[in-house]
Amino acid sequence: MNEITRIRSDFPILQREIKPGVPLIYLDSAATSQKPSLVLDSMSEYYARHNANIHRGVHTLAEEATELYEAARGKISKFIHARSHTEVIYTRNTTEAINLVAYSWGRKFLKPGDIVLLTEMEHHSNLVPWHILRDSIGIELKFIPVTADGLLDMAEYEKLLQLEPKLVSFTHASNVLGTINPVQEMARSAHRAGALVLVDGAQSVPHFSVDVQQLDVDFYAFSAHKMLGPTGIGALYGKRELLEKMQPFMGGGDMIREVRLEGFTANELPYKFEAGTPAIAEAVGFGSAVDYLTQIGMDAIHQHELEITKYAYSLLMNLPGVTLFGHEKQKRGGVIAFEVAGIHPHDVAQLLDSDGIAVRAGHHCAMPLHQKFGIPATTRASFYMYTEKSEIDKLILGLKKVQKLFG
Amino acid sequence: MDDMYREAIIEHYKNPGYHGVLEPADISFEDNNPLCGDHLRIDLRIDAGGCITEAAFSGHGCAISQASADMLLGSIIGKPLDEVKKMNKQDILDLIGIELGPVRLKCALLSLKVLKSAAYGIHQGESVELDLD
Repeated sequence: MNEITRIRSDFPILQREIKPGVPLIYLDSAATSQKPSLVLDSMSEYYARHNANIHRGVHTLAEEATELYEAARGKISKFIHARSHTEVIYTRNTTEAINLVAYSWGRKFLKPGDIVLLTEMEHHSNLVPWHILRDSIGIELKFIPVTADGLLDMAEYEKLLQLEPKLVSFTHASNVLGTINPVQEMARSAHRAGALVLVDGAQSVPHFSVDVQQLDVDFYAFSAHKMLGPTGIGALYGKRELLEKMQPFMGGGDMIREVRLEGFTANELPYKFEAGTPAIAEAVGFGSAVDYLTQIGMDAIHQHELEITKYAYSLLMNLPGVTLFGHEKQKRGGVIAFEVAGIHPHDVAQLLDSDGIAVRAGHHCAMPLHQKFGIPATTRASFYMYTEKSEIDKLILGLKKVQKLFG
Repeated sequence: MDDMYREAIIEHYKNPGYHGVLEPADISFEDNNPLCGDHLRIDLRIDAGGCITEAAFSGHGCAISQASADMLLGSIIGKPLDEVKKMNKQDILDLIGIELGPVRLKCALLSLKVLKSAAYGIHQGESVELDLD
């Protein structure tokens, strides 16, 4: 059995048929990835054998549950090369992690007129929290422009830094263009200008090795469900000295050291930001996802995706009537958004679905980016470690059929 | 390839009978489907007796939304506005003659939503809960 066949056999859903005789061709991993048995089993094993609330009971189950929950944090921390597991805070997802920074850091340290620098290629999750903060405390938002070929305009970035923003917040990898931004360089420039750096890692951590210390970012947000783990859990990495100075996010149990009727003292890191009973089974699944990724190897995963993306790009590019978005030559992430002339993306996606092919249609939660390119919506195919070349071939065949139907 | 794209849908999408803009119109209304980025505007001309004499739609959207808009407008010419107010989801489904899941239903219902908003004289930007069921 070759490597890809072996990997695919670890994912039960990849064996299913969409209707009799029509196997699933899942090209929507940028929306959410599929899950290997290792992850599914670890979660059901947790509920079947260890289920208890964490950090409070002294009974055996509570001890085991706490240990599993914290062991997963340790794995995640190591996976992104954080200095310490206390710098990794569980959140619901990337969105919540960004909202946490906007709330707990932004409301404490930003003043009216302070600038937060974002980019035109951001997902709504890295735009709207800042809109909300602007509307409530009067900060100012500026945006690094995207060039016609889908890259951030670095000359413009350097100019915007002269405005002395307090924070630069941007995506590591675009969920529409596939662009991988030069995080390390951008963080260096930001720091030189006195700004902190928050990176949306939703589309990067699942696909290639990320070292938050080497990148020298201040905050880094990502979701488990895009990296083989369950929905409902994600993480925020933050430098310890920053997290310590920030105000708590949600109030409730577990985030406190002491509560009196008059007030409370916040708990130590990372619990300060984790109020209430968390997603324990999901944390366990998150840890198993990291185990699986580590076992396959992030470099091997990245290599496979580069190859698949290159293959898909060259075939799509040669389809008459199909326009691709994003930069052609740059090493891109495994997403390709495209337009089929005269056919709405929803119709493309719907018709591909009848051949078992799952792609995403719409603005992919990046409306401003689509507005910039003057298109209401695109069709997006996205790939992962389990995507095969034969699936790309079927996508191309499917697109030809769609064009014929509308022809 | 798919039953949803029966010939009539594709035909109405490619060669709509009611695509365009009425200038001036007696009533105009436009709205978006934020999920797909679809945009639809409907213009109506009404006679002294309150009946629809002319109708046109413009904007952009998928085949389901455009074809259902075209079929819907074709079905209301000559009808009193009050009758349009009573139209519901089933009327649209009967017109297009296909089964739709919850996601695509929104595409098909956009035209009804815009038409009913126009019939009720809702002002652009005003938020009103319309009963489409």
